[in-house]
This record gives sequence, structure tokens and C-alpha cells, in this order.
Amino acid sequence: MISRAERAANYVILTVFAAFALYPIIVILSAALGPADAGGTAGLANFAAAWEIGRFGTYLRTSLAVSAFVVVVSVVLSIMSGYAFGTMRFRGRTALFYLFMLGIMMPSEAIAVPLYFDLRTLGLTDTFWAIALPQVALSVAFGTFWMRAYFLASNRAIVEAARIDGASSWRILWQVLLPPARPAVVTLTVLVFMWTWNEFLIPLIMVTKESLRTAPLGLAFFQGQYTSGFTLLAAGSVIVATPVVIFYLFLQRHFVRGLLQGAVRE
Amino acid sequence: MSSKPRAAGPPGEPRRVAYLYLLPAFAIYAVFLLYPIGRAVQISLYDWDGLTLGTWAGLDNYVAIVADEGLRAAFGHALVLIVFYALGPLVIGLALAAILHHAKVRGLGFFRTVVFLPQVIAMVVVAVAWRRVYAPDGSLNGLLSALGLDGLTRGWLGDYTFALPAVGVVGTWFETGLVTVLLLAGMSRIPPELYEAARLDGCGAVREFFAVTLPSVRGEMAVALTLTVIAALRTFDLVYVTTRGGPGTSTTVPSYEVYHRAFGLGQVGSAAAVGVTLTVVIFAISFGINRFADRRVS
Repeated sequence: MISRAERAANYVILTVFAAFALYPIIVILSAALGPADAGGTAGLANFAAAWEIGRFGTYLRTSLAVSAFVVVVSVVLSIMSGYAFGTMRFRGRTALFYLFMLGIMMPSEAIAVPLYFDLRTLGLTDTFWAIALPQVALSVAFGTFWMRAYFLASNRAIVEAARIDGASSWRILWQVLLPPARPAVVTLTVLVFMWTWNEFLIPLIMVTKESLRTAPLGLAFFQGQYTSGFTLLAAGSVIVATPVVIFYLFLQRHFVRGLLQGAVRE
Repeated sequence: MSSKPRAAGPPGEPRRVAYLYLLPAFAIYAVFLLYPIGRAVQISLYDWDGLTLGTWAGLDNYVAIVADEGLRAAFGHALVLIVFYALGPLVIGLALAAILHHAKVRGLGFFRTVVFLPQVIAMVVVAVAWRRVYAPDGSLNGLLSALGLDGLTRGWLGDYTFALPAVGVVGTWFETGLVTVLLLAGMSRIPPELYEAARLDGCGAVREFFAVTLPSVRGEMAVALTLTVIAALRTFDLVYVTTRGGPGTSTTVPSYEVYHRAFGLGQVGSAAAVGVTLTVVIFAISFGINRFADRRVS
């Protein structure tokens, strides 16, 4: 079948590629754990220093609040709209669905600029809402598409049975359809969390207040200001990347499934 | 039950209550996405600095995208990035996935975890890491020196010729894992009988790849191209953190121009026109790639 030489060659190719994929990550990790820029401390003390000097504690708090809000609101709203598109018939259904689909591919660059000037007129820039609500809008587009696909494939007989038993559409959604939908909801949750946590452009445009900077934004500013070495910058990078990476290591299946299937549009 | 046979498609009951379920999502979507894109189209027809009253410009801002050298260059750079973000990962991904699919190597799960990892790391973090690799005293130059190639060392991101390819390589690094895993999933769905038939016909590994594997993953290839081409066109964070479009204007890209024109140069109308054009290009490309893949399948 496969010769030894071929097998060995395959392993070499895969190892080289895995090393390429890991290399920049190792650069960051080893710098973050290495000697401090000013000499002296090394290892975990760098993270404490970055937390203080780089103010990553504040940035993480903002990121956490924004992510929690965007995830909860957009997942709940997506479940409801996906339910309507997936199980009900109504006038304008197809047109409305296509309207939602526009948002999946819409680059945030195109909407962020006009949104900034309109929100400025209303005095809403530099607020939590200016960061969170545009991201809810972007997320419900994908979320509606994702949950609709799930509800379309869900078991119609159970729904009919519940209806005959006199259950309201609200009860059917939350008590009949949703419990078995947990995997689909978890996938949607981790994707929206990752996109929100990693989002850069919207916070960059919408806020100038330091207390409202999200973690990636804080890191970008820290990089611009802090020039006396790389250790604290690396430690800050690790702090910013870690929450999503931890989710990824535990829920890898959901990340892979979501990013691959989410793309497969009809 | 009506006797009329229902057309395939819309399942479920006719329900007015559907509008209530749609309302909250649609309200936020309309206010924060549909309305702004409409406003972007409107603003793009004006000369506006963001502060004073704008003046009507008609299609001038769109004409400038073709006529203005800087904007033309930005879209040209995006084309170069497509080679690095989409074509590179597609070729490498096909090779890696074919090996993994064919050879039944051990440690497949670990490999998949590793190559997919870049996808979940914030682009700002990715950019900080690669800035370090490309720095004049960074590890890429260290590697070249160790190999005795001191003549090739340089500050990669500050070099007029190499800054754009250097940014592109980061895109290749970022997208290859996604493409590999996507193609691998497609290959695992190929029925083994196809390979047996090919073998009976006396196909070698290479011909088997072109006769069986490649045609079977055409759909996955289309998806991979759509995702990576869009990612290339939308590049912003990476350029903002690594080069800010420099040196000179050698790494400007459309998304960066949107930001730079609106908030750096006070040319909001022009920024909106670039944003609208970018949106249209993205829609056209993803529609085109999917149509092409559909036609080839049928």
C-alpha cells in the first residue's frame, strides 16, 4: 500500500506545516514568559506587570461586558427569528429572509462610517451601546440563518402533536423545540462570542474613552505607546487571546462545525 | 387541509404571529445595519468632511476609485492579497488534506487542532506576533543569518517591495488551516467505491487525485475560495497594526482606505464610496464563485 519512505515523507510535511502554524504563537508565548524588558522578573510576573502597566484588567472588563451582552441578545433574537423563518408561513417570508442574508456578507467597514456620524449627532458615540448594538445587528444576520436551518430540519411531527395538545407557539419554541437544539445553540454562542471578542474596527471607530476600550483595541494602543521592549506586549497578547483559545480547546467541534457549515449557504 | 398540493419549500402553518417573533431581531438589524448601508450610499454621493455641510458630488467619488491612483492601488493590493489569502491556502490545503485523507496518519486530531488554531486568535494578536517575526532583529532575519543568507535580511514590513507579500504571508498562515479542515471534511465524504474503481482502472496516486478527489470536493473548494477571498478583501486589523498602509502607500487596502479617508483625511464621502464599492465587489465575487461551482456540478 503505502511505502515506508512515503509515510515518512508525509509525516515530515505535516510536522513542518504544524510547526509553521504554531511558530508565531510560540514566539509570543516564549517572549511573554521570558525575562522582563527591564531585566529582573521573568515568567508569570510579566502578566501581572502587563495587567498593571497595560491596563488590561480594564480592557478585559469592557470586552467581557460587550461580549456577554452581544451573545445573549443576539442568540435569543436569532432563536426567535430563526423559529419564524423555519416553521411558519407568512407573507414576505422569502424577501425578508434574503434581506437578513445581506448582513452575513456585509463588511462592517461599509456600515461603521455612516453609523459613527449618525450616532455622533445623537451623542451616542463613546458609549457601550455604540460598540454592542452594531455587533448585535451583524450577529443576528448569521444567527437567523443558522437557527432557521436548524428549525427547518427539526421534527415536524412533535410540533404538530404539541399544537394539537393546545401548546402556544411560545411554549412550543422554548419547551419542545429548544431542548434538543442545544448543540446548534452552543455552536452559535461560541461563534458570536469569538467574533465579538476579536472585533476590532467597530470599537476602534466608536469609542475614544479609555475605559471603553475592548481587549484587542487596548492591545493595539498599548503596542503604539509601549516601545521599551516586547515582553509586556507579548504578555498582553496572551491575555487578549486566552479566553477564546480556552473555549476553542474545550469546544473545538463547535468552532470547526460552525466556521465550516456556517459558510455553506444554500 | 387544503387539497391543493403545497409547493415544496415553506413548511409550517400560515401564522401572523411570525411577525412578532421577527420584530426584535429585525428592528435592531434595520436600525444598525440596513439604515447605515443606505446612509453610506447617500453620503457617497457628497463631498463631505464630516463637520460642515456637504456638497453634492454625484458619482465623482466612484469615478475617483478608478481614476485616483491611490484608490486604484488599494484595490490592486487587495488583488495581491487574494493570491496569498485564497490561492496559496487552496493549493497547500489540497496537498495537506490529500495526504491526511490518503495516508491515514496518526495524530490527525492533534494536527487538526493545531492548524485550525490561527482562526480563533484575535487578528490584533496575530499582527503583534508577526511584527515580531518580521522585525529587523526578529526571528526571520535570525533564521536567514543562521543559514548564511545575511544578504537577504531586512526590516520586512518597512520594505517597499516586501511589505505587501509579508502581510500576505500572514494571510496564508491564517487561512490555510481553515481550508485544509474544510477540504478534509469534503474528502471524508467521498465513497470508497470511487477509489476502488479508479484503482481497478490502473490509476496511480496522482491520477487518482485528479480523477476522483479533486472533482468530488469542488463544492468545498468553492466555499473555501469564497471565505478566503472575502477575508482578503476585508483585511483591516492586520494592516492597521502592522504597517498602517506603509511604507509610503505600499500596503494600503480598501478597508484601510475607508477608515483612513473618513477619520484621517476628512473625506467621508470618498470613504463611503469605497465602502459601498467593497460591499458590491464582495457580493459579486461570492455570488460568482457559487454560481460557477453550481454550474460545474450540474
